[in-house]
Amino acid sequence: MDFISILSIFVMACFVGYYVVWSVTPALHTPLMAVTNAISSVIIVGALIAAAAGSQADGGQTAKWLGLVGVVLASVNIFGGFAVTERMLAMYKKKERK
Amino acid sequence: MGASFDRALASVRRPSRAITSGRRFRKWAPAFAGALLLPVTPALAASGEPVNPWVAAAYLIAGVLFILALRGLSSPESSRRGNRFGMLGMLIAVVTTLWTHSIASLPEIAGAIAIGGAIGFITARRIAMTDMPQLVAAFHSLVGMAAVLVGIAAYLNPGAFGILDATGEILTVSRVELGLGVAIGAITFSGSVIAFLKLNGNMSGAPIMLPLRHVINLGVLGAIIGLTAYFAIAPTVGTGAIFWTIVGLSFLIGFLLIIPIGGADMPVVVSMLNSYSGWAAAAMGFTLGNTAMIITGALVGSSGAILSYIMCKAMNRSFISVIAGGFGAEAASSDGAAKIDRPWKRGSAEDAAYMMKQAESVIIIPGYGMAVAQAQHALREMGDMLKEQGVSVKYAIHPVAGRMPGHMNVLLAEANVSYDEVFELEDINSEFAQADVAFIIGANDVVNPAAKTDKGSPIYGMPVFDVEKAKTIFFVKRSMGGVGYAGVDNEVFYMDQTMMLLSDAKKMCEEIVKAL
Repeated sequence: MDFISILSIFVMACFVGYYVVWSVTPALHTPLMAVTNAISSVIIVGALIAAAAGSQADGGQTAKWLGLVGVVLASVNIFGGFAVTERMLAMYKKKERK
Repeated sequence: MGASFDRALASVRRPSRAITSGRRFRKWAPAFAGALLLPVTPALAASGEPVNPWVAAAYLIAGVLFILALRGLSSPESSRRGNRFGMLGMLIAVVTTLWTHSIASLPEIAGAIAIGGAIGFITARRIAMTDMPQLVAAFHSLVGMAAVLVGIAAYLNPGAFGILDATGEILTVSRVELGLGVAIGAITFSGSVIAFLKLNGNMSGAPIMLPLRHVINLGVLGAIIGLTAYFAIAPTVGTGAIFWTIVGLSFLIGFLLIIPIGGADMPVVVSMLNSYSGWAAAAMGFTLGNTAMIITGALVGSSGAILSYIMCKAMNRSFISVIAGGFGAEAASSDGAAKIDRPWKRGSAEDAAYMMKQAESVIIIPGYGMAVAQAQHALREMGDMLKEQGVSVKYAIHPVAGRMPGHMNVLLAEANVSYDEVFELEDINSEFAQADVAFIIGANDVVNPAAKTDKGSPIYGMPVFDVEKAKTIFFVKRSMGGVGYAGVDNEVFYMDQTMMLLSDAKKMCEEIVKAL
C-alpha cells in the first residue's frame, strides 16, 4: 500500500474516532479506557509477524524472540482488557422500579 | 460476515481463485473507492509482493468491528454487544495474520498467547474495582513495550516486515515510522510505569520537581525528533547507534514527563497515556501497511485525547499546564502557614440518619475518598434504606472524581447502584437548590465554592457542585486536618448548614445504616 492511501485511512479513522468517542456516555469512560487498551493490542499483529518469520535473516533470531515477548505482552492486554471490560459492563444494571 | 471471512481465508489458500475474486472486486470497487478510501487495486507492497485484497479486507473488517466496539459504549444496554464486536475484531486480525504468514514455529506462538492470555485473564478476574486506574496504567505500559519490541524486531529483521527497498535498505518513510513508533511506545511504557507506581502508592503522589526540568525535557524531545530525522536520511550501515539512542532517550523522557505530575492530575495522565498507546499502534500500522492497526491506533489515539480534554476542562486547566506538572506542590506550601481555626460543627451518625430520614431528597456526592475506604457497598446500603423510607436518592458525579475518567461510576455500578440514579455534573447541579441534604463522601475540591468566587484560588474557574444551596450538608471526612488534592481550604466546612462527619467513610456509612 502506498503511503498516501495509508495516510488517508488514518486521517479518516481519526475523524471517525472523534465522533464515536464523543458519543460515549461519561458513565462508561472507564470501560472505554479498558476496551481501547484491549484493542490497541492489535499491535500483536506486528509481534506475530516478527515471531513467525523466524531466523531468515541476520537479525531474525533476535527479532523472533522479541516478537514472542511482544506476543506475550499483547496477549496479556487483549485477554485482560476484554475480560475486565466485560466484567465492568456486566455491573451496569438498571434496577426494576419499585 | 462470517461467511465472507471464510471465503477470504479460502481465497488466500487457493491462489488461483484469489486472483479471479480480486478482479471481480476491482470491477465494482471504483464506485466505493472514493468514499472508503480503500486502496482496492492490489497495490504493491514495499517488498514487491502483491497485497491480497481479501487479506486487506479482513483487516479492514477487524478495524470496523473495533469502531463498533467503541460505538456500543454510547449506552450501557449496547455496551456488552460492542465489547463482543471488539473481541471478534481481534480474533479476525490475529487469525488473518497467522494464516497469511508462513509460520516457523506455531507451538511457540501458541504458547506465548496462552501464557499472556492466562496472566491477563486471571488479573482481570481478580482485580478490585477500586484498583482499576492502576490496572489500566499497567496495561498501557504493556502496549507501549509491545510497540517498542515490534519496532526493534522490524529494525533487526526488516525483510519479514516488507519494508526493504530494491537495494536492501530500509525505506526512508518506514524509518521515520519506526523511529516515531519506538519513541512513542517507549514514552508510553516508562510514563505508564511511573503512573502505575504513583496510583498504586509505591511512589508518593506528590510531584517530584527536578531543577531545569522544562529545559531538560524540551532538550530530550528535540534530540529524539532530530535523531529520528537523521536516522531516516543516514545510510543503513552504522545507524544502529542512532536507533538505540532514540529508544533509550524515549524511555528517559517518558519517565521525566510523568514524575513532576501530582496525584490530582492522574486522570489526565492516564487518558494521555491511553492516547499515546494508540498513536504507537498507529505508527506500527504505518510500517506494516496494516489497516486494522491504523484504524485502531487512530481510534484509541483520539479517544485518549478527547478524555484528556474532558478532564482538563473539568478542572479548568490547560493541557500544557497539566503536562508542565507540579500542581498541588506550591499551593500546599503556601497554605500551611495561613491556616486559621474557624468554628465548625461536628455531627454524629445518628444526627445524619435522623436528618436524612426526614428529608425528601438526598444527593450523594462521592469522591476518591470513597474509593480509598471501599465505602461504595455501605453507601449503597444507606441509599437503599433511605429509599425504603420514601426519600429520593440521587448520586452526583463530577468528571474528575476519582483517579480516572468514570471511576466513580464503575464503583457505584459494582455496588449495584442502578445507573439511572447516577447523574453528571451539568444534569444535576440545578437540583441542589431543591435538595434537603447534600451528602459529600470523600470528595472535596469538586464542592469547593472558592472555584466560583475566589479569583486567587488555584481551582478558580473549575466547574463545581452547588452544594451550598442545599438545606443541609453532611461532609464525611477523615479529619479536619487534610484538604483536597489542590491544597485549598473549603468554605463549605464552616457553613451554618454543614455538619462534619469525621470518620472513615465506610465506618460512617455503616453506622448511619445501623441508626436508620
